[in-house]
Amino acid sequence: MRSEKSNRAPLSLKIAAAAGLAFMHLPILLIFLYAFTTEEKSYQFPPPGLTTQWFGVAWDRPDVWAALALSVKVASIATATALVLGTLCAAAISQTRFFGRETISLLVILPIALPGIITGIALRSAFSMADIPFSFWTIVLGHATFCIVVVYNNAVARFRRISGSLIEASMDLGADGFQTFRYVILPNIGTALLAGGMLAFALSFDEVIVTTFTAGQQSTLPIWMLEELIRPRQRPVTNVVAMIVVVVTFLPILGAYYLTRDGDQIAGASK
Amino acid sequence: MTTAVLFDNVSRHFGVVRAVDRVNLDIAEGEFFAMLGPSGSGKTTCLRLMAGFEQPTGGHIEIFGETAEGVPPYRRSVNTVFQDYALFPHLSTLDNVAYGLMVKGAGREERRKAAEDALAMVKLPGYGTRRPGQLSGGQRQRVALARALVNKPKVLLLDEPLGALDLKLREQMQEELKSLQKSLGITFVFVTHDQGEALSMADRIAVFNEGRIQQLGRPEEVYNQPKTRFVADFVGSSNVLSTKLCQRLGVKAAFASLRPEAIALAAPSNGALSLAGTIAGQSFLGATNRVVVDVDGARIAVASPAAHAVPAIGSPVTISFAARDLHPMEDA
Repeated sequence: MRSEKSNRAPLSLKIAAAAGLAFMHLPILLIFLYAFTTEEKSYQFPPPGLTTQWFGVAWDRPDVWAALALSVKVASIATATALVLGTLCAAAISQTRFFGRETISLLVILPIALPGIITGIALRSAFSMADIPFSFWTIVLGHATFCIVVVYNNAVARFRRISGSLIEASMDLGADGFQTFRYVILPNIGTALLAGGMLAFALSFDEVIVTTFTAGQQSTLPIWMLEELIRPRQRPVTNVVAMIVVVVTFLPILGAYYLTRDGDQIAGASK
Repeated sequence: MTTAVLFDNVSRHFGVVRAVDRVNLDIAEGEFFAMLGPSGSGKTTCLRLMAGFEQPTGGHIEIFGETAEGVPPYRRSVNTVFQDYALFPHLSTLDNVAYGLMVKGAGREERRKAAEDALAMVKLPGYGTRRPGQLSGGQRQRVALARALVNKPKVLLLDEPLGALDLKLREQMQEELKSLQKSLGITFVFVTHDQGEALSMADRIAVFNEGRIQQLGRPEEVYNQPKTRFVADFVGSSNVLSTKLCQRLGVKAAFASLRPEAIALAAPSNGALSLAGTIAGQSFLGATNRVVVDVDGARIAVASPAAHAVPAIGSPVTISFAARDLHPMEDA
């Protein structure tokens, strides 16, 4: 009886929890709501009328498409770079012992702990000093710094669970380094890489601060939205794009969540 | 007789730690060879040197006449059964067994056939579709064995393969391993810390301590005539008689070993040696009683048949043994 009672939360706690969740998520619903408003100059509540015309307007705006294409390209290349470098780094840190191993591990994770503005300023002054013109590639480099961390963190956790004797067993049975990677390591870390890659993509896709410092004339989608908010023209278009961004970043994160959960079961080898 | 594995003054040092120190070995083709010792004695490092996971820091290794230094594990005609079995969790049992053939480029059908034969050989026919996670410890051990043997190695290395099994299963696997080795004729090199296992299975035993071989010989030799105090102690708890006792018995040696089962709790018959002492302790072991006799402060264990009555603790007793059972030892 008593344990049953203590499992049930008091009403006040339930209300507090609901209020917390509402505080976090109602503003997002408002963004969705204003994507359908007929008022284009201000965020008037309640909206005077509802329309779907902004979807068509957004579709016809070439600047939206340019920004979206740039964001997707940057996120893809930054993620691909991070997958290669992050995996290699995780393999080195988890499978070998060498002088300075802990230090390197810390230095790899540091970019995500540093405020983005520091990373941004540091990269910007480094690019200027080296006379590298700001371009698509400087954005990719900036994003790769934190994408690597995400991939590394996922991969290193999985690597730690692969017993060293699996790799030795593969070598013992006649597989060289590449075959061992292809047939033993990759199947065991595959889901972790996919999850890390998806998170990295989502992070890169909505990054503003580092991008501000490392981009030249180009606008990624988040930068475009920031600029658009200042202009009082066709405001709901921004909301339409915001909805798309939510969907595009939310789906990979959800996917990553489910994949790593399944990965636990695979690696646990219980079934 | 062909030499399967040759160690010529092989050392493996990790910094100041001499894991393996100037070891000489000569394992014959078709031999069942055991490396016995406590943990950290260098026996597993020796096995890893044979497999190619370690490289010697000194000396020379040959496997069937070919120099082994610098040859990676995947180019050696040896295979290993790992202590934790190291089965690939993402592959079925059949794919685990066929792994070695797969990486060598054998056809799908050939692989399947060979893997099924190997599974039948270790008495697991029809288990091919299961994942390692669905097998018991004993079954995993058999799969690990099949996975190694399917490659037809010239030498099979076994790293404490029975360590994780319960007693009953371990005894059964000991017999099976022995008969498998006989029928296949493959050289087995077996690492264990269990002296009973080494004695019952091996043709020859190398006893390791602190990176060096203390004694190498047939099981009876190692058991009955331990060369050093360590071997006497580690291989079946021999009594070690001190210099003082040796002198009293007229033996010219610093130390001598004496097996508990060679001693009788009785007055000496002709020619036998004897010592007087008091009963200090007794425990029932099933077939025998283990009686500890105090001889001037030295404790000597006696294995007395369970049918014989044991005098009460504290009562005086005479122990006797034949002079030939007293083995002089080289050092402490």
